[in-house]
Amino acid sequence: MTGAVDSDIRDDTGTARPEMVRAENVHKSFGHLDVLKGIDLVVGTGEVSVVIGPSGSGKSTFLRCVNHLEKINSGRIFVDGDLIGYRQHGDKLHELREKEVAAQRRSIGMVFQRFNLFPHMTALANVMEAPCRVKRQSKAQARERAVALLERVGLSDKVSNYPGQLSGGQQQRVAIARALAMEPKLMLFDEPTSALDPELVGEVLDVMKDLARDGMTMIVVTHEIGFAREVGDSLIFMDGGVVVESGAPREVLADPKHDRTKAFLAKVL
Amino acid sequence: MTTQIQQQPERVRPEPIKAVPVRHPGRWVTAVVVVVLSAMFVHLLLTNKHFEWSFIFSDSGQGQPGVMFLRPVLDGLVGTIELTITSMLIGVALGVVIAIMRLSPNRILAGAAWVYTWVFRAIPRLVLAILFGNLGILWARIGFGLPFGKQIGALFGMHDFSGQIFSIKASELLTGFVAGMLALGLSEAAYMAEIVRAGIQSIDVGQSEAASALGLSRGQVLRRIVLPQAMRVIVPPTGNETIAMVKDTSLVAYVPVGRELFFQLSAVGTRTFQVLPVLVGACLWYLILCSVLMIGQYFVERHFGRGYGTGGRARRRLRDLSVESSGRIVLTDGNGKEPAL
Repeated sequence: MTGAVDSDIRDDTGTARPEMVRAENVHKSFGHLDVLKGIDLVVGTGEVSVVIGPSGSGKSTFLRCVNHLEKINSGRIFVDGDLIGYRQHGDKLHELREKEVAAQRRSIGMVFQRFNLFPHMTALANVMEAPCRVKRQSKAQARERAVALLERVGLSDKVSNYPGQLSGGQQQRVAIARALAMEPKLMLFDEPTSALDPELVGEVLDVMKDLARDGMTMIVVTHEIGFAREVGDSLIFMDGGVVVESGAPREVLADPKHDRTKAFLAKVL
Repeated sequence: MTTQIQQQPERVRPEPIKAVPVRHPGRWVTAVVVVVLSAMFVHLLLTNKHFEWSFIFSDSGQGQPGVMFLRPVLDGLVGTIELTITSMLIGVALGVVIAIMRLSPNRILAGAAWVYTWVFRAIPRLVLAILFGNLGILWARIGFGLPFGKQIGALFGMHDFSGQIFSIKASELLTGFVAGMLALGLSEAAYMAEIVRAGIQSIDVGQSEAASALGLSRGQVLRRIVLPQAMRVIVPPTGNETIAMVKDTSLVAYVPVGRELFFQLSAVGTRTFQVLPVLVGACLWYLILCSVLMIGQYFVERHFGRGYGTGGRARRRLRDLSVESSGRIVLTDGNGKEPAL
């Protein structure tokens, strides 16, 4: 499954899945602080990878590197075969222009811990913004699709509400609909339920489970171990900027091999 | 420990609290003082004949209307309004550009923006106005072309080469009005740049991250996401600046510009020796102009405040919320009636 780059990616029936994300020896530092120290990771198409780990372990930073919100210092990240952020000519790397980076990001949806909805726009306008401005869809077309997406996340009655009038769980569901509006190949979730009241976590996880069932490729950074066990195809435990352990969620959770993983799981389970 | 869910019979609501409110004698004393002082002020306005109210409003002699409504004064009023609008337009547009330059990762652009703000905030507007009125002394012609054009031409042996793309006579370009407009507008841009920068910086980084994660370009992020939100922070101080600008237009009298409210009014004052009524007339006109601007500002703020804290509707609701003596909360429609829901 996920983890070692060389391993075959096979789904439950044993057929090979094409890979969606491949990270090779990714390093990232902020000044003198090394946050990622060589991450190797493969996520197959349609696979749900759940990343767990203590805070400061580099989970969120890695996720932000995948859509080039952070520039990596060494290594390579490929999404659907495209090198993220750079173009390779021979052995020279050229930074992609702003427009090209934007084009790469179109197919990668991202959901943030703090939702980051646009507060000056209604829920509907939040979802319509990118299809209208980036894909140049007509207003009517974008609206129709946005309404359908909001209905899918269970918010058809909140279409004309501003984010400030919605609960945290509702806001996060709008944020998921907003990301889906660009019809991404890959969805990144950066602790999507960490800022929510315990009561509201469920409604967001339900939407995510629904997405996973529909075959969306997802990388989910979370502390929701239950979600990892139930929905995850693979579980990645990160600490200190490296992948400590990875594998099928049930196996890792039931029988962690590494001491660090054991210590972490003992605290969160 | 066990939890019990108690099935209680419906409880009787206790008597609503009727407490004696805290008295505020200090507030009452202050209020009385303020009322007395106001009455004294009104008394002064009404009884002191040196105000010459009729001269201000109805009759400034020789069958002319009151001084506030004389032809040249009204013309000056229009000039003041035009000057305010044009110089604020220059100020806001240029201010946004300079603010964005200031925040640019490019050091040269950021440095240039800093220098601009430094220079134009340092020079008093009055000095700037006089300076712009006299720029014709510095250059006979003002044009656009290569820097050091003539010198470059000489270097290559072309002595008729000036590098100028176009140029016009300074005295034609810098007529009083344009000079005044530029002086006020360029000075305003320096202040607006700081206001806009503060507005942009007040927006959470997560906003532009979310927008760029959706694939929006830098320009789109700025135009569609960051600036509209920053407007909430930018508008109130911009209202301040506009109101200050109305008053600062009186400085262009030194450019000199004649088509301006205060210049025209003081001209009447000098001619008729009615100094004080003319000053009062000026105060009244500036009061009126600023009141109109404040109304405008209210609506602009309301527009850009949409989506925040559920906006003005919530505030109106709160105001209309009245607590009946029974303790039941009802919404009234402002006339004390319950609206049909």
